[in-house]
Amino acid sequence: MIHVDDFSFWYGEKQALHHIEMMIPEQKITALIGPSGCGKSTLLRNMNRMNDLIDGVKHEGDITLDGTSLYDPSVEVISLRKRVGMVFQKYNPFAKTIYENVVFALRVAGNRNRKELDEVVERALRGAALWEEVKDRLHDSAFGLSGGQMQRLCIARAIANRPQILLMDEPCAALDPIATLRIEELMQDLKKEYTIVIVTHNLQQGARCSDKTAFLFEGKIIEFDDTDKIYNNPSEQKTMDYITGRFS
Amino acid sequence: MLKFRSKSPKGEMNIWLTSMGLTVGLVMIIGLFSLIVVRGLHVFWPKNIATYHLKEDAKSKMGPNAVLSAIEVKKVQKKLAGAEEGPAEFQIFIGNKDVYGLPFKFLPEAEIARIEYEKDVMIVERLEYGDAILKPVELMLEDGTRIKAGSKNFIEKLHEAVEIGTDRRLDILKIEKGKIGVVSDKIANLKDDIARYHYHAKKKGTDPSEKVAKAHEKIEKLESEFATFSGEARDLHELQEKAILSYRLASGQEKSMPVAEIVEFALPNQLNFSGKVKSFAHSFWGFLSQNPREANTEGGIFPAIFGTFMMTVLMSIAVMPFGVIGAIYLREYAKQGPLVRIVRICVNNLAGVPSIVFGVFGLGFFIYVVGHGIDDFFYPWREGRPTWGTGGILWASLTLALMTLPVVIVATEEALAAVPRGVREAALACGASKWQMIQRVVLPTAAPGILTGLILAMARGAGEVAPLMLVGVVKVAPSLPVAGSWPFGMDQKFMHLGFHIYDLGFQSPDAEAAKPMVFATTFFLILLVVLLNLGAIRIRNILRKKYAAGTF
Ligand SMILES: Nc1ncnc2c1ncn2[C@@H]1O[C@H](COP(=O)(O)OP(=O)(O)O)[C@@H](O)[C@H]1O
Ligand SMILES: [Mg+2]
Repeated sequence: MIHVDDFSFWYGEKQALHHIEMMIPEQKITALIGPSGCGKSTLLRNMNRMNDLIDGVKHEGDITLDGTSLYDPSVEVISLRKRVGMVFQKYNPFAKTIYENVVFALRVAGNRNRKELDEVVERALRGAALWEEVKDRLHDSAFGLSGGQMQRLCIARAIANRPQILLMDEPCAALDPIATLRIEELMQDLKKEYTIVIVTHNLQQGARCSDKTAFLFEGKIIEFDDTDKIYNNPSEQKTMDYITGRFS
Repeated sequence: MLKFRSKSPKGEMNIWLTSMGLTVGLVMIIGLFSLIVVRGLHVFWPKNIATYHLKEDAKSKMGPNAVLSAIEVKKVQKKLAGAEEGPAEFQIFIGNKDVYGLPFKFLPEAEIARIEYEKDVMIVERLEYGDAILKPVELMLEDGTRIKAGSKNFIEKLHEAVEIGTDRRLDILKIEKGKIGVVSDKIANLKDDIARYHYHAKKKGTDPSEKVAKAHEKIEKLESEFATFSGEARDLHELQEKAILSYRLASGQEKSMPVAEIVEFALPNQLNFSGKVKSFAHSFWGFLSQNPREANTEGGIFPAIFGTFMMTVLMSIAVMPFGVIGAIYLREYAKQGPLVRIVRICVNNLAGVPSIVFGVFGLGFFIYVVGHGIDDFFYPWREGRPTWGTGGILWASLTLALMTLPVVIVATEEALAAVPRGVREAALACGASKWQMIQRVVLPTAAPGILTGLILAMARGAGEVAPLMLVGVVKVAPSLPVAGSWPFGMDQKFMHLGFHIYDLGFQSPDAEAAKPMVFATTFFLILLVVLLNLGAIRIRNILRKKYAAGTF
């Protein structure tokens, strides 16, 4: 379980997150919604410390994963990222074969057991609902796949190492409606095993597939509640305005 | 209905200008290229031999040489003072250097009475004195049989005799370069050992005489072996003198030569088109595969091709790791700031430094500092006989590697910069460390771009001449720069096509004879560079296809 505890974040002088307070439940899909530039990606990318790579960032407050702070000196970023997988907005397979893409996380962890890798490839690709489509060309380049397939390959890559949590930053933004539908179905399967946090720009999508929804605005959490409540009966006027499309 | 005025928009002129610039460039490149290809290949095409009969008044001046069999090179219009066109002259190739001295001659058109193309004139490529143009008279075989020219099997027998001579020449070479070479290498090694024994003994104050005596014993044994082999070679050499071809020059002068002196012969006036094509292919291959003779003006260019190839490969092997590692540090690890910017500017400017400066640096650093250092440290007893402290293919390759380093660094940096951020983040999100990310994801993605850098480096390095003259290129190398054992010939001096062109064109004693060779050699240099590049481009395409960049 992720607990975001009074977390603030700055890019240089610019504050992108203000005192975020969130408890993300296990084996549920939590959606982050809000107008663009409100800090959704920033919040998500802090959950596996992806923002550490950027020069001049600083933070206050804490994010804990099962009670341990992500910023605890004893936490290694690399092992953290093994527990928290991530899928990006633009599908980004590596210049490798499908097989090598999936087992990448295991390879960098030093796993050379061929049998184990084979099993992981099948499990991860089945998990990403891609196995049937690619099982005959596992050793072809990943760039031969369609956009939707590439994104599912990226999901397979992210779940190959069985992370606890899967972060998804607008995973369907670059896909056509049919591919989007497949990913949404897939997420329902995945939530049986993984805790999912998804950033979405698409309100219908958020309503369709999430259990909890957080509405962010200008770096602050305006409202965080069950999805039904947010979409049907929000407590805040701002949320209402956003849901009904009065601004975005 | 709307009507559009065909008024040319602003900037149309500039499009014309750019296309004109491109056209000029293309025309120049294509022109140069076709000149080299045409002139380079023309050398190998068999040309008809004309027999020039001079007029009576010329006869009194020239005596018997008033009849000349020769190949026309070109017709020139002599320039007189006052820019008036003078009489026409033929430049002709008369060959037979041993008789005429100079193989080329100018013949005023006015002095020629008639020109004839006789069927039985033969052009003979010889081991010495270049080509001979002659009419065969009689062939005496090794067993003493004599065959008159014109008899049915004369040409066939001559072919056979030439072949026997060529085969035997190879046998002699095997003995001289192979067996005798091995023995003399061994003797040289033993002598080196003796010097080493003396050196160590003097240092430690011990008595080397026992070891030295043993070595001397071995040397004596080897020397007797040497004598046996030399005897074998001498016997074969004697056999080479037996078969004789006697012939007549156009002037009527009778001469003869050992058949074994003949490399190749042809009767061009009898050849039909397919015969000429065959002869063309034959000379082409000969030029490609043979060693040069007669101060490089005759024979082939194989050692130069091989040297160029070897040097380019060694250079690529040296420049790739350094360039790529340097670029990785600059782009991925170094903190981007004014210092890195300055380093980058310096690297870029290094590409503009004249190549001779790199040659001087190679001589000063690689040869005098590194080479002498190695010699002093590992072989202190070889005083005055430097192994590494002198020019060699390794130093030449390293010098060129240094020269082409900026090209590789710049190309690699660009390729690294073009790797999308998303892929890098994805690798990190999978738990890769930064180095794993670079090694497993960034480098494979950047590989085609890095290879582009190598291609550019090879194109620049393979054609470079000036720096090589300081660090190991020679006019004639005694052996190819490879060996079966350490140091694999890397300390050898070598021949290079670029230097070969310079040597033929500007250092040759016989400029006229060298001219066609310059074109042919240039043709092969360009061909080699193109082939090397095609090889690299092929690898790049395979990589590209494997990781076809798809939607990126
Ligand atoms: N690398 C960065 N450096 C500086 N500012 C950034 C960076 N990334 C995002 N920002 C800023 O932080 C704010 C939040 O961005 P982001 O989290 O990407 O928004 P969202 O994903 O909700 O559209 C924006 O105002 C954006 O301009
Ligand atoms: Mg975003």
